[in-house]
Amino acid sequence: MTVIETDVQDGRPRPQRGAKVLDAEKVVMRFGGLVAVNNVDFDVHEGEIVGLIGPNGAGKTTFFNCLTGMYKPTSGTVRFYGEVLPPKPRAVVKAGMARTFQNIRLFGNMTALENVMVGRYCRTTSGAITSVLHGPKYRREEAESRARAAELLDFVGLGKSAELLARNMPYGDQRRLEIARALATDPKLILLDEPTAGMNPQETQQAMDLIFKIRDMGLAVVVIEHDMRFIFQLCDRVLCLVRGEALIWGTPGEVQSDPRVIEAYIGGSELEDDEDDA
Amino acid sequence: MNFVIPTIPDATRAQHASKGWPLALAGSVLLLVSGLLSWSYDPSILGDISIAFWPATFQLFAMILGVIGIVLALMHQGPLSKLGNWFDAALGLRALGTASLLVILFGLFAISYQAGGLININPGGWVALLGAILLLVGGRFVPQRTLHSFAKAKANSTLEIVVIVVLMALVLFGLAYVLGQDDPWVFVGFLIMAGGAAMALARAGFFTWLSHISQRHRHVLTLAAFAVAFLFPFTQDGSDANMSIATQVLIFAATAIGLNIVVGLAGLLDLGYIAFLGSGAYVAAMMSNAASATIGWKPPFVVVMLIGACVAATLGLIIGSPTLRVSGDYLAIVTLAFGEIFRLSMFNLDGNNGPDLTNGPNGIPGIPDLNLFGFDFGKPHEIAGFTLGRFSNYYFVLLLLIGFIILVFTRLNNSRIGRGWVAIREDERAAEAMGVNTFALKLLGFAVGAFLAGLAGTIKAHQDTASSPDQYIFLESAFLLSAVVLGGMGTVAGVLVGATILKLLPEKLRFFSEYRLLLFGLLLVVMMRVRPEGLIASKRRQLEFHEDDEALASEIQQDHLVEKAAEAAR
Ligand SMILES: Nc1ncnc2c1ncn2[C@@H]1O[C@H](COP(=O)(O)OP(=O)(O)O)[C@@H](O)[C@H]1O
Ligand SMILES: [Mg+2]
Repeated sequence: MTVIETDVQDGRPRPQRGAKVLDAEKVVMRFGGLVAVNNVDFDVHEGEIVGLIGPNGAGKTTFFNCLTGMYKPTSGTVRFYGEVLPPKPRAVVKAGMARTFQNIRLFGNMTALENVMVGRYCRTTSGAITSVLHGPKYRREEAESRARAAELLDFVGLGKSAELLARNMPYGDQRRLEIARALATDPKLILLDEPTAGMNPQETQQAMDLIFKIRDMGLAVVVIEHDMRFIFQLCDRVLCLVRGEALIWGTPGEVQSDPRVIEAYIGGSELEDDEDDA
Repeated sequence: MNFVIPTIPDATRAQHASKGWPLALAGSVLLLVSGLLSWSYDPSILGDISIAFWPATFQLFAMILGVIGIVLALMHQGPLSKLGNWFDAALGLRALGTASLLVILFGLFAISYQAGGLININPGGWVALLGAILLLVGGRFVPQRTLHSFAKAKANSTLEIVVIVVLMALVLFGLAYVLGQDDPWVFVGFLIMAGGAAMALARAGFFTWLSHISQRHRHVLTLAAFAVAFLFPFTQDGSDANMSIATQVLIFAATAIGLNIVVGLAGLLDLGYIAFLGSGAYVAAMMSNAASATIGWKPPFVVVMLIGACVAATLGLIIGSPTLRVSGDYLAIVTLAFGEIFRLSMFNLDGNNGPDLTNGPNGIPGIPDLNLFGFDFGKPHEIAGFTLGRFSNYYFVLLLLIGFIILVFTRLNNSRIGRGWVAIREDERAAEAMGVNTFALKLLGFAVGAFLAGLAGTIKAHQDTASSPDQYIFLESAFLLSAVVLGGMGTVAGVLVGATILKLLPEKLRFFSEYRLLLFGLLLVVMMRVRPEGLIASKRRQLEFHEDDEALASEIQQDHLVEKAAEAAR
């Protein structure tokens, strides 16, 4: 399939599509009798924002979990820069894939800054001994982590909230904090599970700007969203899942005009959130 | 304190506001004066409270409460009223009233119980009772003033440092005093008085202020605390009895702080922690110069310490690696079993079953005293005119050890590793998804805890002069865990308090030791209901125990912001 699009998007230059970051082939995820994800092919390239849409219970979050090692797919392969990663979230993060959660999973009793510093964990290696002795490595990494975390908080617009406890922050800020925490792991690909759920139109607009900024930093982005307008403005390509199957996989224009998508959404009743366990 | 006596509706209080203050002040003055009067005809009880103008025990307690009451009252209205802008004198007075009444009633009861009837109470006692009642009633009618936040207080470093040092000196004085008391009535009376006074000061906001200034002068605080601990043996006049208790407390506290790394920081429930202390102790015993030591190699003690600690840590790794992958409940069961396996192994490795390592049920007695760099720990030493006995020698080494353990505790807590532990406690799966190596971190916490316990064990073996299986029963693990839970998860100060209370009470109250299990059990149940995070909890732990408490969250938030602002200002 080809992507024919203009060079400008939302008033910004669209970066060149680069190498293939993520490549999922025939991914199947079964829970007992339920086939939550059925034979889905998917790929993401450098410099791309890819959307994942579909009615509630379509299997979007489950598909994310398969990509990020939270679930081991029943069958099919997921390659990251050509390599099959072990189905361990930690290995996946280390390789350069970070995510946020549909139902926010921040560390509520840590400050915003500390939350983001936890994201730096996998890029630092100070052990117990240097931590106790306050060795040079500890000092360097601690300062570096702190600086980077502060920088990322500024980047997502939470520079002033660094010392707030995550649980005390407004909902929209928590979503942005999750993004900052994911960015702290130095990912090449970031997967956002409904980043605007529960946001008002203004916050949604800010979120969109943020996602563009992330893309402009050189990251590939995958976004799960319900809001059609949001996804069509934002994404280079869109995959529509329905009942675990890929209904259509193409440019926003192609997906938008497909009668099946509209039908799936109307047939798929309301678009409210349901609680996921991931 | 409001559980005991119902509060007064605000409207009623407003009506009688003007009467509250004079009553409270009068009550406090009466308490102070009562200390100068005779309380009893009988000079043989309660450390002689029969003499006027020579206050002892309960007379002193009444005077201390009286002074605090006067200061609080004058803060509310009078020459100290500027301070009343910061401290909540009204709440302080109310708590103090209840505390005073409890102390005085207990004291009067003690007199009449010991001397045979109320008839033995002299006017001093009755004056004190009247004072306490006035203070109680008056305090309840003192209206609260609007307060300024400490955030806006101007910092006065000299004053703050003086306060810290004076406070530490008071702690030293109090500890020396309470250890010197052999009369259980006085001991309990002192506890009620100290607890009540602390409660009153806490209500007045004194400890909030103290935590602010100790944030600013953390090094001064640490230094002062260690100086006080260091000076303690010099107050004991060469008496080994109290120093023996003090070393017991230190060993217990050192081990409990190590356990708090496992429980409070890494969030793992370890029910067999005493086994790690035992591993260290047995290693030291087997390699000592005791007649029944089973290992021929006698390296210097520093090496023995390291070996003991490493053996314990290795055991920790062996127990931890299969169990830490699965949920926390398994760890609790496996550690419980491990504690028993350790004890039974020590009981049985006597040459009849397997190699002769531990001498079986007899253990390894006659472990000689330490001799480090020519310094014989078994002999008393003369320093600056003070005689320091055998236990004092161990006390100083244990002080070093506890300093090291505290260093490990705080520094790990404030590192990348500590943040990882918090993240795991909050949401293990999310932590894993953010790249935190949850298994390795838990294993690390477990092993560090075991290492430190092993370290403490090697010293313990020499101090006890023997190592036997019955020292390492499950009950000891349970007590350690109680010290952590009672004192406060995730803090050093909390565990120090918890360990001191748990070790001191049974030592000082012999009659109590028969029921101590029952009472500790009750205490823990009450704590779980009233204050699950422990007496002195870390803010984070407090938040974790009260996930739904918005008010607490914003209060702690406020404190944190103030601290950060102060830090930035420096
Ligand atoms: N761990 C699980 N066990 C069993 N069923 C699951 C599990 N996770 C998701 N499902 C099911 O898979 C389907 C897809 O869910 P999900 O991926 O959350 O949908 P979406 O994110 O598109 O709303 C739902 O029917 C859900 O109930
Ligand atoms: Mg979902």
